[in-house]
Amino acid sequence: MNREATLNEPNPALALLLPLLRFGDQVRRRVQYPALGIAGLFALWYWGGWAIANNEDTMAFASFAPGPTLAAFWDLVVSGNVWKPIESSLYRVGWGLFYAIAIGVPMGVMIGYFLTLKQVTHVPFQFLRMISPLAWMPIAVLAFATWDGAIIFLIAIAAVWPITYATAHGVQRIDPMWLKVGSNLGANPFHTLRYIVMPAIAQDVFAGIRLAVGVAWIVLVPAEYLGVTSGLGYAINDARDTLEYDKLAAFVLVIGIIGYMLDAICVRLIKRSSYHAEG
Amino acid sequence: MGAAISIDCITHHYPGQEQPTLRDIRVNVSPGETVALIGQSGCGKSTLLHMLAGLLLPSEGCVRINGHQVIKPSPRWNMMFQKPSLYPWMTVRKNASLGLIFQGRKKAMQGRIDELLETVGLTDKAEVNVQSLSGGQQQRVALARSLATDPELLLLDEPFSALDAFTRVALQDEVTRLARARGISVVFVTHDIEEAVAMADRVLVMGSNPGTITAELCVDIDHPRDRNSQAFVDLKAELMGHFGATRTPPADPQQTDESRITTPEAAAQSPTAKAVAGESRKRARAA
Repeated sequence: MNREATLNEPNPALALLLPLLRFGDQVRRRVQYPALGIAGLFALWYWGGWAIANNEDTMAFASFAPGPTLAAFWDLVVSGNVWKPIESSLYRVGWGLFYAIAIGVPMGVMIGYFLTLKQVTHVPFQFLRMISPLAWMPIAVLAFATWDGAIIFLIAIAAVWPITYATAHGVQRIDPMWLKVGSNLGANPFHTLRYIVMPAIAQDVFAGIRLAVGVAWIVLVPAEYLGVTSGLGYAINDARDTLEYDKLAAFVLVIGIIGYMLDAICVRLIKRSSYHAEG
Repeated sequence: MGAAISIDCITHHYPGQEQPTLRDIRVNVSPGETVALIGQSGCGKSTLLHMLAGLLLPSEGCVRINGHQVIKPSPRWNMMFQKPSLYPWMTVRKNASLGLIFQGRKKAMQGRIDELLETVGLTDKAEVNVQSLSGGQQQRVALARSLATDPELLLLDEPFSALDAFTRVALQDEVTRLARARGISVVFVTHDIEEAVAMADRVLVMGSNPGTITAELCVDIDHPRDRNSQAFVDLKAELMGHFGATRTPPADPQQTDESRITTPEAAAQSPTAKAVAGESRKRARAA
């Protein structure tokens, strides 16, 4: 009731203030729940740090707590030491995903399109899919001349499955009438792929890529524990060896932040590629 | 210029079915003529239309359009379906342009599509996503899409049956007007006796099991047709009579064509009658 009263007053200062207030209100409504979640996570972390510091068996690891970690994080950013490992890791994930997409999308289109192929590939692919990518590590090391090559292979083999199956799922959901209308209008196979199939499955492909990015980012860190001398996984291992637990936790924080950002990019891509009308 | 069609002795078996779906169909359509195929569900009229479009090949016999045997789809003869099946990721203009894009005729596309969208009354919706259109407007886009490639023959598979009554009548008249103005031959499949009389120069009644043409009726009424005129009403009644007389009991498929007239009870028990009833229930729910 009060608010309505103020709305009706012809006060020029209020006319300027009200949109600002409304904007503030919108911002508050958008951030209040995420902020609550973040605060909850910090509280848990703080409590964990406190518990570690107060137990004499674990006191040595007290720098896992938010205070020392955030200080170490700040040092990493200010000194610029954080960028090199990020760059190496993103390079490997980028190439791994590139190969996974280059193989997974065409394979998914074919599996979705040809029922026979789906039946033939079902057992071998599900079998391969359930093998941890890290189990391929010894073979990858033998097969590839460089450590980078081996890690990119591991990421690709982990990321290829979600992309393949999301694509196949998308192809199976294509309305058969769309293909019929296309061929009726004289579309050749290239036209069908370019104007009908790809736009129809774009959203599913990006949903698959989103899953793949998650898997790739998870596989990356353990893969970098071995052999290489760069990247976020190596940085964590290195910090452990030098007992710099605050730095270790800071890198964990970096991994989380970058992973979150990669996922956010994928969500944006999924939204943009959706043909469904808004609302 | 419309296409001349000759359907030469088509018989068609779907794999795994004992009875042929179509038997010995012979029809000629002269250029610019509009022909209706009317019959109950499952009589094979849609199958026949797919063969005209080149989307399906008959097991025996062939379809010739302007003397050339139809073996695959072509933009010169275009089919419209019950659902408009527009591509939801494209604008109205892009949907209408597709046939020209597939033919590689992108040069004069802009002007041509503008003209066509004006013809179907969608000029102001050209850049709008098709998902925001009503059912009738969507079917209009499908019509523009079919006309874009300058077809000689338009094939319509119950294209208006999912629309509300007002839109349906408007589109029936519009398609008839456009086809006559451009001299396009039209073959359309329908359940709707009024639609057949309103649009066609000639109505072919099909019976089922196996699908054959059981009667033929010329509609000699000038366009535009007044649906309340005596001639129109009489023709509807006559057609209804033909239609009622072509119901086949499933019990004895060896029967000759002459002995097909059956009692309403027998017709009610036939699977086709049940299918028709089921379908109309579905329609009612969809509406």
